[in-house]
Amino acid sequence: MTALVLHHLSHQKGRSTILDDINLTVKPGQVVVILGPSGCGKSTLLRCINGLEPLSAGSIEFGGVTLHGGSNWQQLRQRVGMVFQHYQLFPHLTVGQNLLLGPVAGQKRSAQQTEILARALLEKVGLSDKYYAYPSQLSGGQQQRVAIARALCMQPEMMLFDEITAALDPEMVREVLEVLRNLAAEGMTMLIVTHELGFARAVADSIVFMNAGRIEEISSPEQFFRQPESERARQFLNKFTDIQKLTRKPQ
Amino acid sequence: MTELFPSSVEWFSVITLLWPGLLNTLWIAAMSLILSLAGGVLYAVASRSRFALLRLAMRLWLEAMRAIPLLVWLFLVFFGLPLWAGIDFSGSTAAILVFGLWGSTEAGEVFRGALRAFPEAQWEAAACLGLSERQIYRHVVIPLLIRQTVPPLMNVATRLIKTTSLTILISVVELTKAGQQIIERDDNALFIYGLLFILYFLICYPLSYCSGILERRWQQG
Repeated sequence: MTALVLHHLSHQKGRSTILDDINLTVKPGQVVVILGPSGCGKSTLLRCINGLEPLSAGSIEFGGVTLHGGSNWQQLRQRVGMVFQHYQLFPHLTVGQNLLLGPVAGQKRSAQQTEILARALLEKVGLSDKYYAYPSQLSGGQQQRVAIARALCMQPEMMLFDEITAALDPEMVREVLEVLRNLAAEGMTMLIVTHELGFARAVADSIVFMNAGRIEEISSPEQFFRQPESERARQFLNKFTDIQKLTRKPQ
Repeated sequence: MTELFPSSVEWFSVITLLWPGLLNTLWIAAMSLILSLAGGVLYAVASRSRFALLRLAMRLWLEAMRAIPLLVWLFLVFFGLPLWAGIDFSGSTAAILVFGLWGSTEAGEVFRGALRAFPEAQWEAAACLGLSERQIYRHVVIPLLIRQTVPPLMNVATRLIKTTSLTILISVVELTKAGQQIIERDDNALFIYGLLFILYFLICYPLSYCSGILERRWQQG
């Protein structure tokens, strides 16, 4: 099984430092949820892992391969699945073609066998009747589940989820999170950036709390939500409890 | 005789005169469209170049085509170039050249807009599937650009077809001129112009109809 290790990873945009000396180890099968205030760099961290943002310093080690700033990410991307906030399904392809593109064109796997896998994955996310549908015919929640199936069709060793429920209506958040919970139960290695604290608590093996481009603390979910180590994490959690109080009816 | 429906029409002679004119119209339009597509790609790429001078040149080209009437361009090339540069064009060639230059900026603006509006995130999604740059162009970028550009390009094509009627003034015998020759002979202006109306409509309407359909079908993604 494959582990992910980030060594002293930094990312700069112009003069500002977005990520500053990030060190993190993700064990095989581990579910790591990254929390933190907006703009703390948590999405950028995921994007760096998949080479969508260049590394300014440091390295990424994944399953025996080490990547630096100037490396070619194509090989790694064939082993890592990524899901985005706005789904990014290809509008000119059917659901089935969306799922087959990466495995068949990129990984050169057989189209027939991949189609069997694609149909099984669609069934798993509850969309077995949508194989020939176009993305524009699906709801947001359905599109996001297709996007997850598309990433899984690559048979990845690790999955990256970048705020995948942030653009969804509340009633669709649930159907997407259910898919993630099943994946976690199957032992998929996952890095999840989310604002769904309840979900983070339920599914995470480990919580990474980031602030201003740095990792402030890494804790178990029990400890993080009961008694976070850092002051910044405490403030972050308090804001969410404040909102919960606001939504309660005055007695 | 100027009624819209004359009692007797010599269809054979009308058709034998109009047919070469129609072919000429379509030939000029098709050649300038091909030039426009090729020139449009160059225009769009050059407009997005790192070199400011190249961008400025494209800007001047665009403004020159927009600010100066096409008819003046036709006169400049057809009457002016032989005088000043000793280059002599046939009317059709001059027309293809001018319409090609004009169409290049029109098609070029369509291409430039599509390139500028291309969703970066679609590129990223394809890259995350482990596709090479070449595969991303082939499977994602080019199909999406075609969807973005084909409907507006069909409208450029209909405008090119209609504008060919200007070449009457540099003595090209295209559809409208052929019609006028029949009118001079038979004195049946209303009937012939009615016929031209229908012919231009039959050529242009299917294009703009398809453009509308494709636009609706493709731009809902």
